[in-house]
Amino acid sequence: MHNATLKSLSAQLAGRTVSSVELTRHFINRINRLNGKYNCYITLDEGASLKQAEAADRKRAAGSGQALTGIPIAWKDIFCARGWRTTCGSRMLDNFVSPYDAHPVEQFGAAGAVILGKTNMDEFAMGSSSETSHYGPVRNPWDVNAVPGGSSGGSAAAVAARLAPGATGTDTGGSIRQPAALSGICGLKPTYGVVSRYGMIAFASSLDQGGPLARTAEDLALLLNVMAGFDARDSTSLEREREDYARELGRPVKGLKIGLPKEFFAAGAAPGVVKAVEAALAEYRRLGCETVDVGLPNMKLSVPVYYVLAPAEASSNLARYDGVRYGHRAPEYSDLADMYRKTRAQGFGAEVKRRILIGTYVLSHGYYDAYYIQAQKVRRLVARDFAEAFKRCDVIMGPTSPTTAFRIGEKMGDPVQMYLNDIYTIPANLAGLPGLSIPCGFDEKNLPVGLQVIGNHFAEARMLNVAHQYQQATDWHMKVPPGIEIQ
Amino acid sequence: MALSPDDVKRAAHLARIAIDEGEAQAVLAQLNGIFRLIAEMRAVDTRGVEPMSHALDVVQRQRGDRVTEGDQRTLLQSVAPHVEGGLYLVPKVIE
Repeated sequence: MHNATLKSLSAQLAGRTVSSVELTRHFINRINRLNGKYNCYITLDEGASLKQAEAADRKRAAGSGQALTGIPIAWKDIFCARGWRTTCGSRMLDNFVSPYDAHPVEQFGAAGAVILGKTNMDEFAMGSSSETSHYGPVRNPWDVNAVPGGSSGGSAAAVAARLAPGATGTDTGGSIRQPAALSGICGLKPTYGVVSRYGMIAFASSLDQGGPLARTAEDLALLLNVMAGFDARDSTSLEREREDYARELGRPVKGLKIGLPKEFFAAGAAPGVVKAVEAALAEYRRLGCETVDVGLPNMKLSVPVYYVLAPAEASSNLARYDGVRYGHRAPEYSDLADMYRKTRAQGFGAEVKRRILIGTYVLSHGYYDAYYIQAQKVRRLVARDFAEAFKRCDVIMGPTSPTTAFRIGEKMGDPVQMYLNDIYTIPANLAGLPGLSIPCGFDEKNLPVGLQVIGNHFAEARMLNVAHQYQQATDWHMKVPPGIEIQ
Repeated sequence: MALSPDDVKRAAHLARIAIDEGEAQAVLAQLNGIFRLIAEMRAVDTRGVEPMSHALDVVQRQRGDRVTEGDQRTLLQSVAPHVEGGLYLVPKVIE
């Protein structure tokens, strides 16, 4: 049951060959048995999950089921869910039980989906390895001594280890696509503004975007159908007609123009990654696609730009954690200022503090124009590169990440090395473009490689079509991590 | 341009994060590494380029000036560290 795709589970629920209670219990049992090995869930609430499952079964029995009615979904612990502890991987929110639902949580609730649990992540989504969590590192199902990527590493590992049929994540600089790649699954970051940020704990608001993780492109489409939608409570939510993201899945890709930015294939990517991506491109050519060279000359500036903009926005967003209204408060202090300082020193981990300090510095008097405004200008140059490239192609392809999964602890002592890991994913965030990652092979260590597909704004349905057609012709997405029984 | 320990302490003060001498020294080396990375974008010629604050350059949506939120004080204060009589308690600020 746990190796079935979400699409197939949906059909089984619709055909009444399995109930949501049975399905949810099955996954909870697996999580209870295996979470110690992977550390992908922070919080479970069996009672709450089963109550939702019972309601879903009643909804199905009454004939009002939808695609996701009764499907258990893992939620990155950055999404507020009423009555659920929502920690964002931080000691600061260790005791925070959300009094309200995020917009995507509301939408999945209305569709009858079940909250299976809240998944582990880098603290406040700041990281590329899921090691900065207050709750300890997540382990990669393909190799438990390797990281699953981050920041949505708990969600990615849960899907890869068959501890959830689908999950949610957020992507500010690659936090859905990179863990999907390193964990051998699929992940999609939609166009900025497609998924509401209401109730999604803020990191860098001009870049943050929620999206789904699953094992097939088709499952991503089903999840995005529920996750996307206009919400007036997010000032940057886009007012658009609802669309069916699965509508183009069956379309042949013959004639598709694939742009290959030379910057994605220049020095930096590991040979095993390049080899798998080249093989995927050869497969697309066999399917009748054409490849064209495009340039993203300012791409190399993306990481420096990101490490001004994201910390600047984070330093502002995280100012709210003051120990007054919710979250951690230092047990001892002399006055109000001392309470703030100690609360924040105790509640935040090293990486979060580092980014707040960078952000505070670049926004401080005398530095704002030289850093923040300059970064916003260079951001536009990166976005223009993409606009030029999309005049010549339908989608852009390349590696999702320069390497496969690295060892736990390997990059923790060197923030710059960790940051450079996001070189291929950050550009799409800066330009607000949709990007997805699908498995396309393995390197010499037998660790999964991700193929990244970047589309123009609102091209999600086409990108999912492009990914789905590849998955009809190949079986990389069907591979199961070692030691996971699939009965 | 390298940061000094005083720059770190000043940023920590502005961010209201307690930091001692040892931590300031430790974080300084890492921040300088990050600022060397950031320096790459400072040299770019951006004359005539408009700063980009939103990916799609949309304009701020507006709504009518009406009350849309009901009173949820009890619910929202249920997660507060210290409340009394519907008020958030903090150390005395004004003598």
